[in-house]
Amino acid sequence: MPEEMLIDEMQCVYQKPGTLTDEYMHYCPGCGHAVAHKILMEVVEEMGLQEDIIGVAPVGCSVFAYNYMNIDMQEAAHGRASAVATGIKRVRPDKFVFSYQGDGDLAAIGTAETIHTINRGENILIVFINNGIYGMTGGQMAPTSLFGQKTSTSPYGRDVAHNGYPLKITELIAHLPGAYYVTRQAVHTPNTVRKFKKALNNAFEYQKLNKGTCFIEVVSNCPSGWKMTPKETLTYIEEKMLPEYPLGDIKVPTQNKN
Amino acid sequence: METNKSEIRLMKGNEALAEAAIRAGLDAYFGYPITPQSEVLEYLTLEIPKRRGIVLQAESEVASINMIYGAAGAGARVMTSSSSPGMSLMQEGISYIAAAELPCLLVNVVRGGPGLGTIQPSQGDYFQATKGGGHGDYRLIVLAPSSVQEMCDFVFDGFKLAEKYRNPTLILSDGALGQMMEKVEFPGDGSLPHQIPAWATTGKKGRERNFITSLHMEPERMEEINLHLQRKYKEIEENEVRYETFEIDDAEIVLVAFGLPARICQKTVELARAKGIKAGLVRPITLFPFPKKIISDLSKKIDRFLVVELNAGQMVEDVMLAANGNCPVHFKGRMGGMLIQPEEVLEEIEKIVEESLTLNAGQE
Repeated sequence: MPEEMLIDEMQCVYQKPGTLTDEYMHYCPGCGHAVAHKILMEVVEEMGLQEDIIGVAPVGCSVFAYNYMNIDMQEAAHGRASAVATGIKRVRPDKFVFSYQGDGDLAAIGTAETIHTINRGENILIVFINNGIYGMTGGQMAPTSLFGQKTSTSPYGRDVAHNGYPLKITELIAHLPGAYYVTRQAVHTPNTVRKFKKALNNAFEYQKLNKGTCFIEVVSNCPSGWKMTPKETLTYIEEKMLPEYPLGDIKVPTQNKN
Repeated sequence: METNKSEIRLMKGNEALAEAAIRAGLDAYFGYPITPQSEVLEYLTLEIPKRRGIVLQAESEVASINMIYGAAGAGARVMTSSSSPGMSLMQEGISYIAAAELPCLLVNVVRGGPGLGTIQPSQGDYFQATKGGGHGDYRLIVLAPSSVQEMCDFVFDGFKLAEKYRNPTLILSDGALGQMMEKVEFPGDGSLPHQIPAWATTGKKGRERNFITSLHMEPERMEEINLHLQRKYKEIEENEVRYETFEIDDAEIVLVAFGLPARICQKTVELARAKGIKAGLVRPITLFPFPKKIISDLSKKIDRFLVVELNAGQMVEDVMLAANGNCPVHFKGRMGGMLIQPEEVLEEIEKIVEESLTLNAGQE
């Protein structure tokens, strides 16, 4: 039975945005992707961008993002989402374009594309979901995995002498002149969700200015990969992830000289 | 610059190809420098700002081909070009493009390999070009020019075929064709109109959303997609085969060569005929679809084929398949960036003819 027949419109205080499809999400219970998708699509709806936006899905857990986001989308090869987004934006400069990528996609296999896309100041938004693990392939170590973090390919814990350091790619790309707005957000509490939403609003407003790349990292979780209950992941984010990846703006337009 | 009428110019193959692309209504080019094709990117970065379109030097061939994916998916008429090592880097992206059925024009100005190889001409990428190249069951439409004029003409044909079949088309050139200068006649602008296709991701204004993907988790669905692709390739094989023949009517030995060696072999045929050897030539223009029928038909009436390539013997396998044991198929190749001389091919013909005479004498 359609939803609208069950709920009196006058009494409806909350509903999913029309920019999400009715498809069941495949994400594990408690996964931050579902929240990030919904907030992103809320902003697209509220800003009236649905007919003028093209998204790019990565390879990783959010590979099926195009099944859930009711907008035009392209599914990119692993790591190449920002190159695909570049191709779209260059030929459709009047449209809003974003890529949605995980840590393996953006900060390991796609590092070159990430850096060069931002260095060219491509006028797109990159949403970077950082949960410190390869979720889709079953919980392997990511470039952003924490010191000592146990994963299926760092079973004794991430050893920096062997595996190197957690890659703070957001700080790294913030140095590039092509980066216009760089911020690190989260979606594990109502407060962080509100701030993430504000950041998305900013990013799409900035895209209208044609001044460079906007980059929003979202520190997220992976209950299945971290082998925790969803509730335990929230504590882990607060106690382990945020000290390594502190939230807040890293570069805001007032700092830009252009 | 005035380009609304046809024009004759003296140009390098790479430059002719680039000029043709602009006149063919190229919306965007993404590429990366590599010898011996860098003139394509150089020419476009010089000309496009004065005319129309987008040209962008990417950070790698990997990035270029994925920019092509994005721009083609957004409905633009797009092209990239590279040379052998760069084409290898693009193969993953080309597989995605073929799977997502995005039209685009690819150009490989082949150099000698394997590895970093050399910058001299080669045809060592025939297998990569015609058998798929990347992962999975897919085909490119492959055009093999043998003159600077065809470096121009095949750009138009390439876009037409790519858009007609929603399939990437590859122009398989070589380092010599890319670098050599010849007279070339260009058509004026506007001869190849282009409309943004209905399936393109341009923002879902007034329609259901479009999405471009090659991911299908259900094996039944993935098999359906594969069957659909195979039907398309079959249709291409039925409708788009192109080849040229030279002196085949009474030929006893028929040379088979594509690209520049086909021109060299035409001279060989003349030299052979002057010596009383009934030689002929088949020049495949489309390498996929391969001209199987003419090879098959000839195999039933001639004595033998001699396949001439600038590689260790790649197209020869397709000739053997088409000849299906009806007549012997010989091979003569040069590798590593070496060209072949008409006299060298003639010597090979004479050697083969002599061997067959000796063999026949022995049997009697």
